[in-house]
Amino acid sequence: MRRKLTVFLIISVCFLLQCTLFQALAFASISPNLLIVATSAFGFMRGRKEGMWIGFFSGLLLDLFFGSVIGFNALVYAYIGYINGFFRKRFFPDDIKLPLILIAASDLSYNMLVYFFLFFLRGRFRFGYYFLHIMLPELVYTILVTIVLYFVILNINQKLESIEKRSASKFV
Amino acid sequence: MKRKSKHSIPTKYTLLVLTIICVIVMFVSFTLNLSGGPLNSVAGYIFVPMQKGINQVGTWIVNQADELASLRSVMRKNKELQAQVDELTQELNTIKLEQYELDNLRELMELDQKYPSYDKVAARVIGNDGGNWFSTFLIDKGENDGIEKDMNVIAGSGLVGIVIDTGPNYAKVRSIIDDASNVSGMALSTADRCIVNGNLVSMNESQVIQFSDLKCEDDAVKTGEQVVTSHISDKYLEGILIGYVNTIDRDSNNLTYSGTITPAVDFQHLQEVLVVLDKKTVNNQNSRKNN
Repeated sequence: MRRKLTVFLIISVCFLLQCTLFQALAFASISPNLLIVATSAFGFMRGRKEGMWIGFFSGLLLDLFFGSVIGFNALVYAYIGYINGFFRKRFFPDDIKLPLILIAASDLSYNMLVYFFLFFLRGRFRFGYYFLHIMLPELVYTILVTIVLYFVILNINQKLESIEKRSASKFV
Repeated sequence: MKRKSKHSIPTKYTLLVLTIICVIVMFVSFTLNLSGGPLNSVAGYIFVPMQKGINQVGTWIVNQADELASLRSVMRKNKELQAQVDELTQELNTIKLEQYELDNLRELMELDQKYPSYDKVAARVIGNDGGNWFSTFLIDKGENDGIEKDMNVIAGSGLVGIVIDTGPNYAKVRSIIDDASNVSGMALSTADRCIVNGNLVSMNESQVIQFSDLKCEDDAVKTGEQVVTSHISDKYLEGILIGYVNTIDRDSNNLTYSGTITPAVDFQHLQEVLVVLDKKTVNNQNSRKNN
């Protein structure tokens, strides 16, 4: 329960920051994708199942407020969380290389999917332009934000895990 | 917790179920044009107050900074504007005379006023699309304030967009610069119709949107021409300013023109918008009933 509440808070804060503060802080009208960072981080920290659910709800939130079709973002985010969950065994908290690579890959693949389904299929074929002017800047910005946000999420998760361990050992 | 996980379904199957649900919901909401329904209300009541709060703090800070910075430029502007006021007053007098004449003529011809003054509600922009692909935004008025889907949204004198979804205390607006937006427009002086569509590339590169399929006499429409919403659109009210023609070129078919339009609204600094409470569809139904 405590974990669910905390995760809900993290998702809300990321969502609110993403659609208010970071829109105002946008460089060249490009803003970072915080929800992808949260989804991906929980995916490789906590495994496939949690990653999937957190992704699903983050995506649903985006769909409800900004999506043209309900379910698209939910689906994509759920898959991103799920796939990140496969890397749980290779994840060590001290090493920041793997998280950075995973989050970057998640952000890029999310944007690729958005481009393919919502732009390419409507006849916008200038992939090179979209790649250089939308995807890459967002990727760089997201990675910059990740360096801060990742440690916040990591700390919260470690605190939660230690609390859970303590309460679990009490029962034994 | 451990006991629970032994009995739960493998994640693979949950993912499959989620996938199926999402795909079904996508098709349903796409074909039937449904929105979140009760989910909208729940999400609205939780997140909209927080967004409002953040925005209020943000605008307060920005305003303080702006006030300090702009005092000097305001003084300079004041002088320029005073000159402009004199010029415009003169112009206004001429126009008043013409308006008077026009009113008389209208009365004579028993014409209705062409552009009735619409009922409007002012709303504040409280959130922008989280991603970088589309430009939809949220406003802090919703169904509770009488806002419905398909209502037009304007700011100043120009068209901003259209309400595409509503919750109890918020509404989602798609702006005309959104890549998926299409508006039927017409050149003001010649009443030639065209399609105005938002474009991410041109908006990014030079802050303009595109128009196409403009059929007009040879070079009748020139750069600087005002483009307004046309009378054939079924969602946009007639005669709202979209923007000014920026470039215009003849298409390769030699029949139509296409080019770019500079929007009349500054979308970068949109803070407050007006929602027009009259809907075009309703008007059509009424007139059909009357007929």
